[in-house]
Amino acid sequence: MDSTILTAVIMLGVLAVVLAAVLYIVAQKFKVVEDERIDGTESILPGANCGGCGYTGCRAFAETLVKTDDISGMFCPVGGNAIMTKIAEYLNKTIESKDSETAVVRCAGSCENRQRINEFDGATSCAVMAATYSGDTDCPYGCLGKGDCVSVCNFGAIYINSTTMLPEVDEDKCTACGSCVKACPKLIIELRKKGPKSRRIYVSCINKDKGAVARKACKVACIGCAACRKACTFESIIIENFLAYIDPNKCRLCRKCVEVCPTGSITELNFPPRKPKIEVQEQKQDNVNSETITN
Amino acid sequence: MIKTFKKGGVHPHENKISRNAALEQLIPEGIIRIFLSQHIGAPAECIVAKGDKIKTGQLIAKANGFVSANVHSSVSGTVLGIENIADYQGIKKPAICIQVEGDEWEESIDRSDEINRDLSKTSEDILAKITEAGLVGLGGATFPTHVKLTVPKGKTAKAIIINGAECEPYLTSDHRVMLEHGEELLIGVQLLKKAVNVDKAYIGIETNKQDAIDNLKKIAEKYSGIEIVSLKPKYPQGGEKQLIKSITGLEVPDRALPIETGCIVSNICTTFAVYEAVQKNKPLFENSVTITGKNLKAQKNFIVRVGTPLSQLINATGGMPENTGKIISGGPMMGRAISNLEAPTLKGSGAVLFIASDEARRGTKSNCIRCSKCVSACPMGLQPFLLYKLAELNMLEELKDNSVHACIECGCCLYTCPANLPLVDYIRLGKTRAMKHIVKPK
Repeated sequence: MDSTILTAVIMLGVLAVVLAAVLYIVAQKFKVVEDERIDGTESILPGANCGGCGYTGCRAFAETLVKTDDISGMFCPVGGNAIMTKIAEYLNKTIESKDSETAVVRCAGSCENRQRINEFDGATSCAVMAATYSGDTDCPYGCLGKGDCVSVCNFGAIYINSTTMLPEVDEDKCTACGSCVKACPKLIIELRKKGPKSRRIYVSCINKDKGAVARKACKVACIGCAACRKACTFESIIIENFLAYIDPNKCRLCRKCVEVCPTGSITELNFPPRKPKIEVQEQKQDNVNSETITN
Repeated sequence: MIKTFKKGGVHPHENKISRNAALEQLIPEGIIRIFLSQHIGAPAECIVAKGDKIKTGQLIAKANGFVSANVHSSVSGTVLGIENIADYQGIKKPAICIQVEGDEWEESIDRSDEINRDLSKTSEDILAKITEAGLVGLGGATFPTHVKLTVPKGKTAKAIIINGAECEPYLTSDHRVMLEHGEELLIGVQLLKKAVNVDKAYIGIETNKQDAIDNLKKIAEKYSGIEIVSLKPKYPQGGEKQLIKSITGLEVPDRALPIETGCIVSNICTTFAVYEAVQKNKPLFENSVTITGKNLKAQKNFIVRVGTPLSQLINATGGMPENTGKIISGGPMMGRAISNLEAPTLKGSGAVLFIASDEARRGTKSNCIRCSKCVSACPMGLQPFLLYKLAELNMLEELKDNSVHACIECGCCLYTCPANLPLVDYIRLGKTRAMKHIVKPK
């Protein structure tokens, strides 16, 4: 009885040693040499696996970063400049710094501004709706509001506003990965420079119809009147097909175009509220008063 | 013997309430707009200029390439120019706008009621006439008829099949043509037979149109080689592949054209248009349109000129019913909802259907319970529930592996789904995306 157990233990022990040796030899012989830096780079990357860099996930991007000598064209939109600088230091390579971007929705055709003339009863999907017909308003370019952009966003950064029925971007969460840009069948969403203090000016309309047609369909449509182009001192506004576009690289955020736009289709974001001149004076007086009191 | 196809299919309530309304002419007023693209293929090229005086039946746009068709004026009047006009779905396309002034026809068109029974024309003559008249398939797909009748090299045509199934609920325009223009129709069949050199023709008619079957059978005794086939009512019997299967028992192979089985399928209205084009010299500028709906004041079957604004059709039936929830161009199964009531009719417009608001909405969507009703209903033997999910997830490779290209978008799956899933919506989207994927690999 005892000897049976002993034999079994010895036999299994010997077997374990032999197999371990075989495994060791095989492991040595067929060892996959992988650059350690790939793991290192991957640990620096945010791990969002959003594909915003153009590669299938963070691991694939890390591999490419390590293997390619010139990484100046590559960029992780989620990590931004901070992460890219870290990676550049880690890999001893140079990168180009990029302005951080965010998604903007170029349509302001809320229920109030743009009358709904029919109702879509099919699948709740912008792609299906766009493939079926021109949309539930007179504007064939505008937002369909079925939320394809919302469902593709991995970061919960875009949502449909329940009063306007238009998507809105939460710029703190938006990583500019670009999945909503690809998902929108009407090409309404654009990635734009975040700008200093997140201040941005853009034309929130992509209607390419003639002014009268566009205006009839939507109260805040760009009618291509070129008033903004005349007002702009930096030549940053291009008008094509009755539609204005503000070049973010030339725009200096002076807000003159916003003031002259007759339909209000130019949107300004995150600027301090404009104070009418009279109020400013009153406030100054108030300030003076308060100062005198404290003094 | 009553025939039908075996695989899949459904039989919705027929609702052929306009079946007794005789065909009526409808002459448009005011401004009409004729799209340059009335067919599948390249849009026609405009050959008239602003200010030109034109007559009814005059060529106004020339076919641009082989897969294209001529477009003729449907009225006499003055050309106002080319504009981008929104179609039924609100999508803007170039159209020729014409101010209607009277109704003066081209002299070459024979307007008499007499039936021209002369069958001496050669095959080339017939094809040339059809090409010149700008004929397209009036069953809905609007594929240029001369292309269909040109048999590819290495293939032989054995029979002509005329599609008189009219399996879509509500539609009755084909039915009326079969009843009122039976003899002309059969002459059209003889012409088609001659054009492709075959001696056998079948006309498939569903038994819910027994009067049409009897009428055509009586006339067909005078003509050789035409067989009237009774079909059991079942949707989508009017589908090309289903009709061939029903009548001949032959299956069109996957990814192949019907000519593989030696059959050329043509619609009733198209065949009637062939007669008019060849024997009466009349180009295709009007076709029969059913205007129907349970709440309409009058059910109508109109002969409508191409380019007539939809609103005029509605006015001619006594105005739009108050509780209309949806207006559909075509039948309730495959037709598409209309969002623009000022849109002009096309060559291929076969019906305008008014659905009351209590019937217009889809049911509430719930989850797929894998009951496989859609699989049993699919006439192409596909798995709609799977294709739907794959299309929703945009999995194009898997869609191709599951033969999404074979889907004929008949809507049987959606009709039968107890969970009210938008199956066809997504499959159609996935099909378009997957097909693009095939042409241009990334």
